[in-house]
Amino acid sequence: MDTRQTVAPLRPVKLFHRFANPGQFLRLSGKVLPWLYGAGVLLTAVGVIWGLFFAPDDWQQGDTVKIMYVHVPFAWLASAGYVSLAICSVLSLVWRHPLADLAAVELGPVGAAFTAVCLATGSLWGKPTWGAWWVWDARLTSVFVLFLLYLGHIALVRAFDDPTRGYRAGAILALVGVINLPIIKFSVDWWNTLHQPASIGLTGAPTIAASLLWPLLFTTLGFTLLFAAITIARTRAGVMERRIRMLLMAKTSEASQS
Amino acid sequence: MTHLPYIAASYVLALGVPLFFAIGTAFRLRYAKRRLAVIDPRGTR
Repeated sequence: MDTRQTVAPLRPVKLFHRFANPGQFLRLSGKVLPWLYGAGVLLTAVGVIWGLFFAPDDWQQGDTVKIMYVHVPFAWLASAGYVSLAICSVLSLVWRHPLADLAAVELGPVGAAFTAVCLATGSLWGKPTWGAWWVWDARLTSVFVLFLLYLGHIALVRAFDDPTRGYRAGAILALVGVINLPIIKFSVDWWNTLHQPASIGLTGAPTIAASLLWPLLFTTLGFTLLFAAITIARTRAGVMERRIRMLLMAKTSEASQS
Repeated sequence: MTHLPYIAASYVLALGVPLFFAIGTAFRLRYAKRRLAVIDPRGTR
């Protein structure tokens, strides 16, 4: 008799379930986190120092262009964070995966804070450049709506006594809010906005000089890694706190039975 | 730099917010690990 076992190839969904297991997640994230934090801090530091002290001023914006080295990464992460939230919501609604629920809960505050920084740094750039802290421009308004969606998600997932109902409601809100992402992206093309159109795209060459683009790429990548690291670390804490709650509940029920 | 206050405020926010989250999360993780170690020593493995 052939005792060898045939090993079925891992399909993507099975692979996802394997690594989305909370125990596996804790082990894997524990190894990845120091590298993510380290690379994030290093790239951000290089980008910030380069942008502040070595990159030239823009011929039109002057020295306020230095604000772009932090504003653009936070604008990108505001949207990318929401895409991650939507992906977690799909995973939660389709596969009912508890890790996706926890990740969504932990993503909300980080995404909201990054969106708030995007709006604040935009304001700090707008005042000296446009002469106004805020204008109800299509791009600014749609990003503000994104901030409200994040706040709505944070409130909704914590609004129910039964956490599962909160997760479901939050997931539905997050998916409905996805409609705002193309509005943010194309607002500068669809409407006549004060906000300038995109300078970096997937299809065409960037319209920024290389001397300004490189530090921007460094800060964008650096802040993205930091965003990922913070979210993963918060999800780790969430997994541990849930384990603590379950253990305490089990101990309480044991004590009440005996 | 003629717009130094605007630039400085932007960088303080942009560096401060991730730092705040990173430190807050580190404390949360440390507290959770300690509690797990007390409640269930297997949880710390």
